[in-house]
Amino acid sequence: MDFATLLQLLESTIRMSTPLLLACLAGLFSERSGIFDIGLEGKMLIAAFFSAAIAYNTGNVWLGLLAGIGASLGLSAIHGLASITFRGNQLISGVALNFLASGITVLIAQSWYKQGGKTPTLTGGARLNEINLPLTETLRDVPVLGPIYAQVISGHAPLVYVAFLAVPATWWLLFRTRFGLRLRAVGEAPEAVDTAGISVIRLRYTAVAICGILCGIAGAYMATGLQPFFGKEMTAGRGYIALAALIFAKWRPWYALAACLLFGFLQAVAIRFQNFDLGAFTVPVQVMDALPYILTVVILAGFIGKAIPPRAGGTPYVKER
Amino acid sequence: MDPRMTESSPAPAIELKGISKAFGPVQANKDISIRVMPGTIHGIIGENGAGKSTLMSILYGFYKADSGEIRVNGNLKSITDSQAAIAAGIGMVFQHFKLVQNFTVLENVILGAEDGAMLRPSLDKARGELKRLAEDYELQVDPDALIENLSVGHQQRVEILKALYRQADILILDEPTGVLTPAEADHLFRILEGLRREGKTIILITHKLREIMEITDTVSVMRRGEMTATVKTAETSPEQLAELMVGRKVLLRVDKAPATPGAPILEIENLRHVDAHGVERLKGISLTVRKGEILGLAGVSGNGQSELLHVLGGMTNATGTIRVKGQEIDLTGKHSDGQSRRARGIAHVPEDRHHEGLILDYTAWENTIFGYHRDPEIQSGPFMNNAAIKAEAQAKMDRYDVRPPNPNLAAKNFSGGNQQKIVLAREIESDPDILLIGQPTRGVDIGAIEFIHQQIVALRDAGKAILLVSVELDEIFSLSDRIAVMFDGQIMGARLPSETNQTELGLLMAGVTEMPDKPIIEAVTEQMAAKAQREAARHD
Amino acid sequence: MDKMPAWADAVLVPLISILIAAVLSALVIAALGMNPFEAFQLMVEGALMKSSGWGYTLYYATNFIFTGLAVAVAFHARMFNIGGEGQAQIGGLGVALACLFIPWPHWSLALIAATLAAALFGAAWAYIPAILQAKRGSHIVITTIMFNFIAAALINYVLVNLLRPAGAMEPATATFPAATSLPTFQQMFSTSETVLFRGSPANITFFIAVAACIGVWLLIWRTRLGYELRAFGFSETGAKYAGISPVKITVVSMLISGALAGLMAINATMGEAERLVLNASEGAGFIGIAVALMGRSHPVGVFLAALLFGFLYQGGAELAFWANIPRELVTVIQALVILFTGALDNLVRWPLERAFLAFRPKGAQ
Repeated sequence: MDFATLLQLLESTIRMSTPLLLACLAGLFSERSGIFDIGLEGKMLIAAFFSAAIAYNTGNVWLGLLAGIGASLGLSAIHGLASITFRGNQLISGVALNFLASGITVLIAQSWYKQGGKTPTLTGGARLNEINLPLTETLRDVPVLGPIYAQVISGHAPLVYVAFLAVPATWWLLFRTRFGLRLRAVGEAPEAVDTAGISVIRLRYTAVAICGILCGIAGAYMATGLQPFFGKEMTAGRGYIALAALIFAKWRPWYALAACLLFGFLQAVAIRFQNFDLGAFTVPVQVMDALPYILTVVILAGFIGKAIPPRAGGTPYVKER
Repeated sequence: MDPRMTESSPAPAIELKGISKAFGPVQANKDISIRVMPGTIHGIIGENGAGKSTLMSILYGFYKADSGEIRVNGNLKSITDSQAAIAAGIGMVFQHFKLVQNFTVLENVILGAEDGAMLRPSLDKARGELKRLAEDYELQVDPDALIENLSVGHQQRVEILKALYRQADILILDEPTGVLTPAEADHLFRILEGLRREGKTIILITHKLREIMEITDTVSVMRRGEMTATVKTAETSPEQLAELMVGRKVLLRVDKAPATPGAPILEIENLRHVDAHGVERLKGISLTVRKGEILGLAGVSGNGQSELLHVLGGMTNATGTIRVKGQEIDLTGKHSDGQSRRARGIAHVPEDRHHEGLILDYTAWENTIFGYHRDPEIQSGPFMNNAAIKAEAQAKMDRYDVRPPNPNLAAKNFSGGNQQKIVLAREIESDPDILLIGQPTRGVDIGAIEFIHQQIVALRDAGKAILLVSVELDEIFSLSDRIAVMFDGQIMGARLPSETNQTELGLLMAGVTEMPDKPIIEAVTEQMAAKAQREAARHD
Repeated sequence: MDKMPAWADAVLVPLISILIAAVLSALVIAALGMNPFEAFQLMVEGALMKSSGWGYTLYYATNFIFTGLAVAVAFHARMFNIGGEGQAQIGGLGVALACLFIPWPHWSLALIAATLAAALFGAAWAYIPAILQAKRGSHIVITTIMFNFIAAALINYVLVNLLRPAGAMEPATATFPAATSLPTFQQMFSTSETVLFRGSPANITFFIAVAACIGVWLLIWRTRLGYELRAFGFSETGAKYAGISPVKITVVSMLISGALAGLMAINATMGEAERLVLNASEGAGFIGIAVALMGRSHPVGVFLAALLFGFLYQGGAELAFWANIPRELVTVIQALVILFTGALDNLVRWPLERAFLAFRPKGAQ
């Protein structure tokens, strides 16, 4: 593999990691507050559709982004209603919302555009354009670092930078602010939060809403940046990979970055090479596809460090008598 | 203007007037009124389920009362949630601590009482404040320790610190000593006295008469959701309080003939058990229970009694030797589970009937075979003979006077006493050689207690060996033919009921083996200090 | 203390939940510009008013009975097996191997072998998540989701690299030998005068599915294993007290669940496609969740719910054909059913409980 290929691969890794990272951080907020969310996939999907559709209809990608976030928040609201207010089964709610998104996006797409469940291709202002970071041209000629900066780091859609900046922001919010302290507490011991005079319900709804916003950005990036259209099931399991990354990261922001980069890299490799030649033997593309899931199972099994989820995760809060 | 405000005496710190609360058809509190003067310790005493905790939860804003009013320092308050209670200067230490296990002490203290959006200033302020409180009230605790690494006593201190950090003037403690060793409880009382000196008002909820007599200024008695009396502690006696609590003279003596113990049935030698956290819970237990005797095992809860029952019942592994009728039984592996124990003639009425003894969602008849469901007699071919099981269940329920006598009703729909009778019927009628029985009358109504005690004695008279575990010393005294005391995973000694008294047993329960010349409390404190040192050494 | 009678909780709550899901589905259809009643009529005509429609309805229902029972058995042991999809696909691999590599003289022998292979492969795929849950505490929901993806990748690899006939482009196995072809309803029920179930894929597997319902009912409510399984589902500490091994129950219930999901493959892979293709389970593993929730994990309920979803699937296909409404409509209905029966059930239960409490006769408890 030459240097140019490597650069391409890394550049692709950044792009593939972006939706994973946003969704993973989304899950982090929700699960840290004690609400399991296997509906990341559905939220991304519905956001992808509405962002592409509204961007296409208005010709403005930013309105599309808002629409995507709004749609994702809508699913978050239902999830919150089911898991927080009505103390339902959070896993089942997540499953249901994934199906809802999967069905409703195609129904509306077909009804609006009659193109077999996809939107028309976005052009011009309806598309997320790539931006060059400062000094890209100046530094291009610096050996090794120049091309890396120009090709891998610079020249992505703005939402990519949003995703990567969201990592330190999440860390700061979680471990340095009052909100973060309460959020972490409510996922571990909601009764402690409640008796301290803080509303468990409001905290959890806030967390679920943040989750919705981040999933919305992730979906919007997929359908206006990564690809210039919405296609049926276009998230293709990324919500589940993000979930896997979250477990892999043990619910920590910086680890989440590492996990998403790794899984993004695997996706980039799987796209670039059908069968990955390692010299002695070739790795079939299917192994690349399955690797994030296999790694997650290994982590879950506790063979490499133990992933302990937030203690109150998945259980609705009921004041005990 | 409240007319009382014009009088010279101060307004009560807390005044409740006509508080009522119902949960569905259950009336938990009926027209309750109390006045607690500032700078005093007020006890509220009553049996389990008398409505004490509900009342305090109303005061802390956890529940909304159906009617009645709350005044704090003479001012009418509407306490709709915990926030309002905290604002009114009320702090609460719950029976089950409300702490975030993987947070530090400091983080737990500031949670909900932060000074701004950033954590750092709050943490710094709390560190200083904690230092001050520690010095003022003997509330020492490492501010940077994680809660999960603290002892129960220290966790309770964190709860008190939380309340004080929130400027609470009124502190409610719900059954604070249930999980403490006598020395820890003693330390807690010193803290409470210090708080009283500083003018804080304390409400102490307990069902232990000794504590009421020892520390409170005034005491209210609750029974079945009603406040039956409020008296000055100095003007009452334990006997009077007990009578007010249960509504009639407590008759805890059980009529029984002297035991005629036979051969040893259950022999335990050097039994050791280490729990999931690596803590040794049983430290070399040796005990013998003979045919036709009741061996009572006394102790403060949490000293290894539950673990001993679990090991004997096959619910957890151990090392050492257990012989049943001279035959050794497996303590680990495939043949160390509930099924194997039952096959060896060990029946087990567990301490926790809601989570162990019964499947609450199963019907009564399904519960009458729980643990015995693999018995070949109730199978027909590959299937269970449900009709026969149901008929047998009906007969058992009639014999044990389970009400309502409906085998198709789910176990959760029976009262505590009737649930216990279902468990008892199942275990006694399995015709065991040994009956393990933990907290037989916990949460059981008075009427059923007598019946249950009679059944236990009858089983003894039928020549069975019975191991009784109870934290109620009175129950131990009235049922046991021999009493052993457990402390810190060890047997401190065994006595005949006729040759001992509550004081001696109390000392043994606190880990003191020799009758000391010194005052009791001092001896206990020394013992605890020695224990703490041992533990510290182990950690290093 | 029960707040309302058991029958209300068992029947009334799910019924009202389904009603809400149905009303919302009707609104979705209306929003797509079609009269919901006309759409319903079209679905009924296509799925129930002719025998070939029934042939499809029952074919789909057969799949859903298996996957629904799979989820239901796991539910009884308080486990959520989302892995039906992967288990069914791996079951398909078992069926393909059994049909392709052994020259069967008669379909009945092939059916027995394929049934065993499907169950065995499905169970094996459920075994790893089960043992990880039992021994290492890995959350079974997450591991079974992961195993769905791993199964898809594995099947993809096997079809592309190992079982694809030389020269073929499509990632699928060769067509199974004619001797393994299962009798369809058309062959079984048509007479010389009238052809019934013309061209529809319903086959003898339907009766195996019915037998599975009866088997599961006997297992859960009439055997010691079922007693232990439910006890474990209600209370893990209780199970320990009674000497019921959590490891054994976790593993055994997941093996049964996986085997049932795997059995779906004899209907879809052996009965219908007669070869193994990519994504042979076609989402039936997930529909099993809706079916089990709606059927309250009871085999009779599962059977009825599976019929309903079979009807929706076939009706949905008719709508797609005649009214140009995408088949994803069924996915939306499925989502609504899962949401209202499985997650928002308290939305219905709480008001009902209040109603029952309000009308409770005086003096009664």
